[in-house]
Amino acid sequence: MSKEAIKEKSMILQKEMVEGLFNDLANVEKTGKKVCYTFVPGNLSELIRTFDMLPVYPEINALQSAMRKKSGGYIKEAERNAHSEDVCTYVKCDVGMMMKGNIGPTGTKIPEPDVLLLSYTGCFTFMKWFETLKREYPNAEVVMIHTPYQENAEITPEMTQYMVNQLKEEVIPKMEKVSGVKFDENKLKGFLKLSAEAEDWITKIFDTTKHKPSPIDAYFAGVYYIGPINIGFRGTPEAVEYYKELYSEIQERIRLGLGPVTPEGEMKEEKYRLVVEGPPNWTSFREFWKIFYDMGAVIVASSYTKVGGVYDMGWRHDPERPLESLGEYCMNCYTNLNIPQRIDLLSKCIKDYQADGYVTNSIKSCNSFSAGQLGMMREIEDRLEVPVGFIESDLVDPRYFSYSNIKNRLESYFQMLAQRKMLEKQEA
Amino acid sequence: MKNLKQIINDCKELAFDLNFTRAKKWKAEKDGRVIVGYTPIYFPREVIHAAGGLPVGVFGGGDRKQIIKGDAYYQSYICHIPRSIMELALDKHLDDFDGFIFPSICDVLRNLSGIFKQHKFGKFVKYMDFPQNFLPQIGGVFYQQEMEHVMKYIKEINGKTPTVEELNHSIGLYNKNRQMIEFIYDIRQEFPWRLSIEDVYHIVRAGTVIPVEEHNEILEQVCIHIKESIGEPQDKIKVVISGAFCEQPAVGLIRAIEEAGCYVVDDDYMLGSRMILGDIDATTNKPLEAISNAYIKQSQYSSSIYDVDNPKEYRLAKIVEKRGANGVIFASASFCDPSLLDAPIFQNAFNKMGIRYIAFQFSENINQFKVIKEQVGAFSDSIKLWEDEPVLVTK
Ligand code: SF4
Ligand code: SF4
Repeated sequence: MSKEAIKEKSMILQKEMVEGLFNDLANVEKTGKKVCYTFVPGNLSELIRTFDMLPVYPEINALQSAMRKKSGGYIKEAERNAHSEDVCTYVKCDVGMMMKGNIGPTGTKIPEPDVLLLSYTGCFTFMKWFETLKREYPNAEVVMIHTPYQENAEITPEMTQYMVNQLKEEVIPKMEKVSGVKFDENKLKGFLKLSAEAEDWITKIFDTTKHKPSPIDAYFAGVYYIGPINIGFRGTPEAVEYYKELYSEIQERIRLGLGPVTPEGEMKEEKYRLVVEGPPNWTSFREFWKIFYDMGAVIVASSYTKVGGVYDMGWRHDPERPLESLGEYCMNCYTNLNIPQRIDLLSKCIKDYQADGYVTNSIKSCNSFSAGQLGMMREIEDRLEVPVGFIESDLVDPRYFSYSNIKNRLESYFQMLAQRKMLEKQEA
Repeated sequence: MKNLKQIINDCKELAFDLNFTRAKKWKAEKDGRVIVGYTPIYFPREVIHAAGGLPVGVFGGGDRKQIIKGDAYYQSYICHIPRSIMELALDKHLDDFDGFIFPSICDVLRNLSGIFKQHKFGKFVKYMDFPQNFLPQIGGVFYQQEMEHVMKYIKEINGKTPTVEELNHSIGLYNKNRQMIEFIYDIRQEFPWRLSIEDVYHIVRAGTVIPVEEHNEILEQVCIHIKESIGEPQDKIKVVISGAFCEQPAVGLIRAIEEAGCYVVDDDYMLGSRMILGDIDATTNKPLEAISNAYIKQSQYSSSIYDVDNPKEYRLAKIVEKRGANGVIFASASFCDPSLLDAPIFQNAFNKMGIRYIAFQFSENINQFKVIKEQVGAFSDSIKLWEDEPVLVTK
């Protein structure tokens, strides 16, 4: 099979999955399927599937709106209705989209939620977001599962028990009530088994950046790779197939000694290997990415791709402990890690993937990521003596993406990296 | 008994002593004493008190601390309080503190707990995860485990595990404390001129940095004074302040609102000291359970507590009604997510209920309020014009 054909296959598989989901959502009136709005971090995909519900991810809708240049209008709409300029723009984009008819990325109307499943993982804004949605959709059932934070860098048995108790006494009964489907533990176990498989594959995929040149970009392309596992397909045979396929495509790239694929074709020369902390900007995603690949910078690891689950430290969903493992999954997402854990994880990435630098993309409206990033950066700089770079943008608010500002800052940063490399060469 | 002016002056000094002199002196007086700092909003101080500790509110430096180092830790679009708490810590104001508790109210303070851990400030740093599940057998049990965790940390320092009696005794002291603070608010509801909101603020805030026994004495005296008919009523509207529960406005701003034509008859400035409504049962043999039940069933609404089963807009509307207030002033710290994300919920509901409000943002270190004062003045004038319209509260 040719290289191009292989590449296409994983993309086609992903496209089919996503289109299928949006088709199903467009047809709920006919099929009677129930709709569950939920969030990516701590998403209980397998449980939602157990009740034959369809998931909707408001964050994903927001970022897709941004990529289609619609978020600016939605945000303004929300701001006209008392939403502050200074809060998470995902929320405003979602609320604005709802106010303008809730037309989703595929151009069809997204159905109203039957249930708002709030797994509250790693971010307070989720709670405020669903409090807001509950007022807009008064008939929806709201299910809250409070995910304890890994404040002491650990998941204690008490924390897991708290999650399990909530699942048993609150989440499952409410999901049964809304869906009319009785909870079937064996069905859940089947999904969890496949989840663990998909998690094995995605871990291997992100680990391929150990190669030089790295065959993938673990941030800009990485956000596509995490799509299926994060938006409701974890636990499906389709996701396993997708990741297997993707892995074999990447293996082929390694065999051929190729670098990552960019929107403008293959990256020619890998000059710098970076680890990036923080979500990307979505409104100017392509331009943002281009600044990096034009400079020959490839991202070998990023915290953002761990936002829907940290799998590279060995944790997996476990069908033998279904509810416990759902709880642990929620507690183990990146933004639910405390700051020292985040620092350790990113330091490990810098070492394991032999990064030349560490860049923070600080998102104006996301405190869950941004508050503390400067402290993390200092610590990583001190600990590893790695050059650190800092840029600022926003997720989906086009007003806060300044191309020239970011480009200037990055250019100076890359100059610094170049000088350092030169010095290292001379010393060697 | 001291006169009211003297008491208020003492409280003023205590409330803004950023060296926490009284707390440090208290600790030095006896072996085994520990100081535990806590950030907004609420922490069950009873637990620390019973364990031989002094809970001390760390509410930022206000406009009295110049921020230099703290700014290097926080981007411009993050509220001010974490940088001022960092400044206090880096400038060694908190050096004698044995531990720090960061209640779970937002991602900024949550992550600040991690920065404190990273810097190894104090002997322990605990991010206190308050339950967002309000079933006593689930969230309540988890909350008790969180309190036990704090007690374990303190025990590691002073070897003390409080007895049931000690916990109940502490609960009793804080019950009394809350009762007297509520008494002050109740008196002010009728006679707000007897004590300005600025004075109330100083009196309540002083209680967060001194032993509760001493604060109770102060409150007793204040209560006696304000039972007397003192001061002169002025032509002002009555308002409730909402949204300033974490980062604190500069005192000048607290004053400016009353100067601009409003009596503040309720507020959430020092919400932590008033979080539990009514008493906690001080007579059980399961005091932690009593504290937990009180939090679950008797908490004031807050932007950090999941409210779907008990919507906050109706709760605030009830406060407005109970206090006979003419309107609400939403005062949010700039970039404060919990407060700002609640704004549309409150404002949409109040538009429907016919409750009048204005909203503005502040920062703890800004002490120029000309614009805000004008806005409040205009609000007060407009309400006076519509004085006879009743407030509608429906649910
Ligand atoms: S604040 Fe950040 S983590 Fe939270 S919902 Fe917004 S973008 Fe997501
Ligand atoms: S002011 Fe608001 S955002 Fe800032 S720490 Fe306090 S609650 Fe959090």
